[in-house]
Amino acid sequence: MNGPTPPLALINARLVDPESGYDGPGGVIVSEGVIADVAKGREFGKLSKDVRVIDCGGAMLAPGLIDLRVKTGEPGAETKETLASAAKAAAAGGVTSFVVQPDTDPAVDDPSVVDFILRRSRDIDAARILCAGAATKGLKGEQMAEIGLMREAGCVYVTDADRPIVDSKVMQRILTYARGFDTLLAHRPLDPWLAKGGAATGGEFAGRMGLPSISPMAERIMLERDVALLEATGGRLLVDQVTSAQALETLARAKQKGLRIHASVSINHLSFNELDIGDYRSFAKVTPPLRGEDDRQALIEALASGLIDIVVSAHAPAPAEDKRLPFDEAAPGAVGLETLLPALLSLYHEERLPLVDLIRAVTLAPAALIGLQSGRIAPGAPADLVLCDLDAPLIIDAGKLLSKSKNSPFDGRRLQGQVLMTIVDGRVVHRAEG
Amino acid sequence: MTAKPPPHEPADPIETIRQRIFSFPRRHFLSAGDLNALQATELLDLADAFVALNRQTTKSLDILKGRTLMNLFFENSTRTQSSFEIAGKRLGADVVNMSPRTSSITKGETLIDTAVTLNAMRPDLLVVRHASSGAASLLSQKVSGSVINAGDGQHEHPTQAVLDALSIRRAFGRVSGLTVAICGDVLHSRVARSNVALLHTLGASVRLVGPPTLMPAQAERWGVTVHHDMKAGLAGVDVVMMLRLQLERMQGAFVPSTREYFRFYGLDRDKLAKAAPKAKVMHPGPMNRGVEIDSDVADDPEISLIQDQVEMGVAARMAVLASLAHRLEEHGK
Repeated sequence: MNGPTPPLALINARLVDPESGYDGPGGVIVSEGVIADVAKGREFGKLSKDVRVIDCGGAMLAPGLIDLRVKTGEPGAETKETLASAAKAAAAGGVTSFVVQPDTDPAVDDPSVVDFILRRSRDIDAARILCAGAATKGLKGEQMAEIGLMREAGCVYVTDADRPIVDSKVMQRILTYARGFDTLLAHRPLDPWLAKGGAATGGEFAGRMGLPSISPMAERIMLERDVALLEATGGRLLVDQVTSAQALETLARAKQKGLRIHASVSINHLSFNELDIGDYRSFAKVTPPLRGEDDRQALIEALASGLIDIVVSAHAPAPAEDKRLPFDEAAPGAVGLETLLPALLSLYHEERLPLVDLIRAVTLAPAALIGLQSGRIAPGAPADLVLCDLDAPLIIDAGKLLSKSKNSPFDGRRLQGQVLMTIVDGRVVHRAEG
Repeated sequence: MTAKPPPHEPADPIETIRQRIFSFPRRHFLSAGDLNALQATELLDLADAFVALNRQTTKSLDILKGRTLMNLFFENSTRTQSSFEIAGKRLGADVVNMSPRTSSITKGETLIDTAVTLNAMRPDLLVVRHASSGAASLLSQKVSGSVINAGDGQHEHPTQAVLDALSIRRAFGRVSGLTVAICGDVLHSRVARSNVALLHTLGASVRLVGPPTLMPAQAERWGVTVHHDMKAGLAGVDVVMMLRLQLERMQGAFVPSTREYFRFYGLDRDKLAKAAPKAKVMHPGPMNRGVEIDSDVADDPEISLIQDQVEMGVAARMAVLASLAHRLEEHGK
């Protein structure tokens, strides 16, 4: 990131700080890339003349979002998305830090590739780009990758991204070995045999549509195995995108046992259900597939109760040529960096979750998982902030998204919550037009 | 005064066809569920007239004169393709058969690219078969003519449902009030999905019979009863509609062996005896004899409608093509 910027005072805001649980009037002074002072329920005293003052007009001022699951096309498929284009999209969505997935070409399974990504990212100001390393070489699920060396090179956790580690012995060894570096393993629970060839979630709807399906049982079975291995090894596990009510039961039991297990949910699974793929809408084809409405409701409840720790965008760019295909041939995935916050705010507007809890799931909770200092509004914390008009109506127009790929299932959806400004390291990196 | 029902064997088929022709309710025919009861009945009445025409020495008409019918078969199907080809030619259309699977069109091209390319050749009627569910629907969004779904993956095969309903109506004089058992590999069958929809629309009650591994999840919510015991499933039914068992399913371990499948789910005299006394047997073909059906049953002209289905196929497709073309004309296309 660049050098010092003039001090900035953001006043007259609705301050939301997940660390203290505060949600009320206030302001923040930013200096030298960190939060210098915080006013909660009071005004700042007289500010010196060199301070730039921004009147927030009552808009929400919160820590910038931290997204632990973002795919880019770089390296290997830059036509889908580059690190720079993803960062621009992130800034527009109020995401100040995001973690790139390792399933690129080549895969991030070597410290030199971690280094490549982090060096490229240093020149990109719009967002902080972090990187996850592969858990196994070539993401093949066979040989452990150089977890320690990649950690040293700067990767924040390890994962094989969309690919489940099927071999239980390998999984056991990764959990055990990563424990030595206190490294988090993110794992997608999916029984590959139950899921083979599937495109939609198993159930009546897929049956009517004639679509090959994936039973939610595929998620639960693999998660049961992972929990058993976690219990035996004492590692740290992030369940990568829990999607089904069945798996939530397994997760709850594991948490009750005191295991170091955490779970993410994607904004897609909180916002859509299986019916959204009606008429074979491949732009709503994601992995894992969208589940039934009962599952969606269970996920929202689990987020509210704290059973699910974090929400991710699961940003997965795919150009039109990969999407405009018959449903079972179309690439899975949806872009989500720009729609994450307004979509999440739906749960606030519907009074399903308090605002501060929603914000925690995309700021402090992911920061804590990977050891970042950001995600809170406190003196000394990095000045990564988002200013958002919570009530501003929004109609998502996929064509206007800044991502290079426009595959958004939110296209045409009415949401509420306009990102007005995004600040990274004390610098304004995005400001809404008008 | 009660209206006389339309005769099934009209004296002058051509005149009757001209009287009965109607405008298809939609530009495309993608799903059997696109038709309401009245429209389905009108379509069957028109198809009846085409049956009569097809039994004459002179079978050709000029309803589709100047029109181009393109058969676009991404998946092999000699029967369905021939049926559409004959139907189109008898109506006077210029018929072109394309097999993109084996031509340069598939080299790196998406289905949409193919559609746009073909659309530039200005076909009026595009008959599409594809291995993926929803492919015909996707294609219909990109072309200016009418798309007829000739089978999309495991989803639908609506003209098969029309010809099946026509065969049943001609055998029983009605569809309403009959009980039809659809038996076998329902899970992978587009024929079953289309038939459930159309038979319901026409007032029949439908049972699905097959092993649990070949039954879609919660199929009872389709408005049918589900049976895993074939004899119980066939009890008292008027029509037994057998489905083809895709032999490659054997490798997927859906059923243990063809011999076991035939024992429990193959149609033979013994199981058929449970059906109503004058029950009829149907099969969309091609048949696996000794797997899902016994030759003894399949070849018995007293009970088998299988050859009628092939004949009705041409008439039903002529009715669909003629009414879709009529709609195009009405809309100035």
